[in-house]
Amino acid sequence: MTAVEWTFQVLGTAVVVSPAILIAVLGLTSLVGRPLSESSVARLTQAAVLFSLTPAVAILVMMLALGTRYVPIEWGDWVTIPEQEFHFHLKFVFDRLSIPFVILSCVLCGVVGSFTRRYLHREEGYSRFFLYYAVFFTGMVTSSLAGTIETLFVGWEMVGLSSALLVAYFDQHENPVRSGQRVWSIYRLSDAAFLIAAISIHHMTGEGDFGGLMSSGIWPEGTAAVTPQQALFVGTLLLIAAAGKSALFPFSGWLPRAMEGPTPSSAIFYGALSVHLGVYLLLRVSPLLEVSLVLQCLVIGLGVVSALSGALMSRVQHDVKVSLAYASLTQVGIIVVEIGFGLKYLALIHIIGHACMRTMQLLRAPTLLRDYQTMENALGSRLPASQSRFGTWVPVGVQRWCYRYGFDRGFMDIALDRWIVAPFMVLFQQFDVWERWTTDKISREPSRESDAIELHPEDSERAA
Amino acid sequence: MGELHFPWMEASILVPLVGAIWIRFFANPDHSFRQAVAISGLTLALTVGELIDFIMLGTFAAHDHWAVIDWLFHQEVFVVDELSAFLLPLGALIHFVTVLSTLRTKAPRFSLTSTLVSEAILLATFSCRASWTLVALMCLATLPVYLELKRRGRCTRIFVLHMSVFVVLLVVGYAALQWTGEVSQSVLIPGALLTAAALLRSGIAPLHLWMTDLFEKATFGTAILFVTPLTGAYAVMRFVLPIAPDWALQSIAVLSLVTAVYAGGMSLVQREARRMFCYLFLSQASLVLVGLELVTPIGLTGALCVWLSVGLSLTGFGITLRSIEARISRISLADYHGLSRHMPTLAGFFLLTGLAAIGFPFTVGFVGMELLIEGAVEVYPLVGMTVVIAAALCGIAVLMAYFRIFTGRSHATLIPMHARRSERIAVLMLTVLILGGGLVPQPGVASRYHAAKELTEKRALNPITHATKNYDNAHHDSDDSDTDESDDDDDVVGRDHDD
Repeated sequence: MTAVEWTFQVLGTAVVVSPAILIAVLGLTSLVGRPLSESSVARLTQAAVLFSLTPAVAILVMMLALGTRYVPIEWGDWVTIPEQEFHFHLKFVFDRLSIPFVILSCVLCGVVGSFTRRYLHREEGYSRFFLYYAVFFTGMVTSSLAGTIETLFVGWEMVGLSSALLVAYFDQHENPVRSGQRVWSIYRLSDAAFLIAAISIHHMTGEGDFGGLMSSGIWPEGTAAVTPQQALFVGTLLLIAAAGKSALFPFSGWLPRAMEGPTPSSAIFYGALSVHLGVYLLLRVSPLLEVSLVLQCLVIGLGVVSALSGALMSRVQHDVKVSLAYASLTQVGIIVVEIGFGLKYLALIHIIGHACMRTMQLLRAPTLLRDYQTMENALGSRLPASQSRFGTWVPVGVQRWCYRYGFDRGFMDIALDRWIVAPFMVLFQQFDVWERWTTDKISREPSRESDAIELHPEDSERAA
Repeated sequence: MGELHFPWMEASILVPLVGAIWIRFFANPDHSFRQAVAISGLTLALTVGELIDFIMLGTFAAHDHWAVIDWLFHQEVFVVDELSAFLLPLGALIHFVTVLSTLRTKAPRFSLTSTLVSEAILLATFSCRASWTLVALMCLATLPVYLELKRRGRCTRIFVLHMSVFVVLLVVGYAALQWTGEVSQSVLIPGALLTAAALLRSGIAPLHLWMTDLFEKATFGTAILFVTPLTGAYAVMRFVLPIAPDWALQSIAVLSLVTAVYAGGMSLVQREARRMFCYLFLSQASLVLVGLELVTPIGLTGALCVWLSVGLSLTGFGITLRSIEARISRISLADYHGLSRHMPTLAGFFLLTGLAAIGFPFTVGFVGMELLIEGAVEVYPLVGMTVVIAAALCGIAVLMAYFRIFTGRSHATLIPMHARRSERIAVLMLTVLILGGGLVPQPGVASRYHAAKELTEKRALNPITHATKNYDNAHHDSDDSDTDESDDDDDVVGRDHDD
């Protein structure tokens, strides 16, 4: 190994290891019941971000100086069964796609971490927030740099879990928790699609390495070594996974619910990073999209529908964070369209610009309302509402329908609840009824003692 | 066959047995709980010693040194092999943490004697290979549970009905196997009987009603101890795997898959925590059976890994629920309880074990689940993907239970509910194993693969089973042989074909 390669290896390892150390420290201290002080947590977080960001920037500088476009960091096989050619390879890749995304992740995580230090000062869940934040940060860095689809899945899962738990951050209230559950449910289903796609890729190419999938060239110039049918199958699964993670149509319903979490998490997850992870995945496998025209059309169609829906919905929300979230969806939809048309660099630049702007908007949102009120108090009247000239040209009937569509959030939640959740629940509740009937018959008496449980036994203070 | 340096197996079976007699007849009731912890701790230490000794021997099977039973009966009764070497400490650990996490206030309702007897039976079961002793032990294991149900005055009809059928099928099936012989073409009949017995004991739908009934009527600790060691899966390994043809096993794998999805769905509609746990367990245990019955080395390795993961994580999940139940009685999932502020350690552990059970990254279940899915997809590409759906449903159920129990409302209580020291120790032990196994999975996977390979080789010796094709392929490939037979096999096995 040459000195340059060795330097790359050390720096690349530092980028990935630093967030993992943060999780280990915050997690272990919580587990053994010795939580750190607020200032220690904040300092550790800042140090972790810095020790991740600085090596990432150093790698970028070195790559620019040396004219290198592709730096793989090999950690070897995490698990291997050589005889069966099964291996879980830990490989991280620094290339034109991952470098901007990982630097973006570090910068925005750093900004939001710094903001949160003051925003959640003396909050009861301060340490909990930063533990979830550490899981998220590690997940983002892992996903950004993943050189194999399995490694990307590991990071993807970590981002999903931390997102759901942070939505439910205000855990003494029911609504945030319900929202967290909703986010998790959508994520799990999209994760299932991702996992199936990962296994399919493994079977098609014999390995999960992105280099194996894009058999020639490095991003963005690779060509996928699969047939159009295979590309359509795997690509559709990945599209479902991306749609779930990026809240694209028809999974957008969780996006406003996700705003139940504290503002910093809303900013970093749903304004900036997490919501772009799905489109990042599409960018990463973009050579796969180029193999199948049908798949490209699907991607463009999904992007268009999502962008239009987001635009309609963001206009009629009464909550600033929700409105911004739907505005994000519009932009994400447009990014998906760009990816569908093969405009990869444009999509990447769009992601970076949009993520930065939206983070700042969301962090500013709580104070913005107060500023509006101050201005209105000074004026003595409401500020004039802006009116769209285009809106006046649209027939009243269409306007009303659009309003209702936006107000009901595209009917997506209603449709998912009515057509997927409700039939599922009814079916399994019916199975439950049959089981009860059978056990009652065999027992010749009511067989379920659990029917008599108290709803809130803890309130009776009979605890041991 | 190797010989261990100490009679670990006999000692580990005798210690809880003698301990049970001591506690029942001689121990001071005030100290019995502490003594039970010491006895099960000593048993765990013996099984760990046996595992270390076995690993150092580097053999596939070994028997005890100075084995009294062998000397008396001139017969190898207790034999440890690569499959059971890990199951023995797992079984002992499950008993140890369950006893350790029992609150003293609840000790009178939880029979320590019965628990220690069950532990002795379980360890003896895992120390036996297919024989009449194993049949007898599997039948005997149902008795302590039956006696507890009787003692508690609960209806035993469902349990008795199912377990009677299980015992009859097992005894008749094994007798028929002795009569026909393992290499006879008519082995299918005893094979079918033994399979039905194993599936019944494993709770494969629609033969799972005894399990939900057990969780309703027995103490939670007893129910956990009866189901989490996966004795049914052990029966599959010992009785069915060596004799059943590939097609039969793979058909049963599909049944297990259906159960996994069904139980995953059912866990989402339950309104009580025990029942939810039961279905969650059933779903994950069915996934173990799926892997076992795929009879590919990858699938088998995945199943053996998931077996250990299910044993560790769902025991942890179960004892957390049990600890909460011990404080507030049965837990409704119809509404939110908001207990995380009062029991943060248990809340964290509940989440950790739940995530480990569904194979979350960096927990002990992750790699096992990956291998299992890989193995399932190899055999039935489309049906195999159902494993992913089952895991997704269980994942939703786990977080739903977490949210319902620990969050959602502000709840004030004057009574401290935090984890006691013994509970913390139990939690910490399992956490170390769950995270340790997740972060450094290679040794575990390598050992499970070796066990899977040996089992597959033993299975290949029986002409009736039509030696597993995948394994043959791997050998042909490694030998660089390019026979017509291996080409045919490539068409059957998608992965090798693709490779």
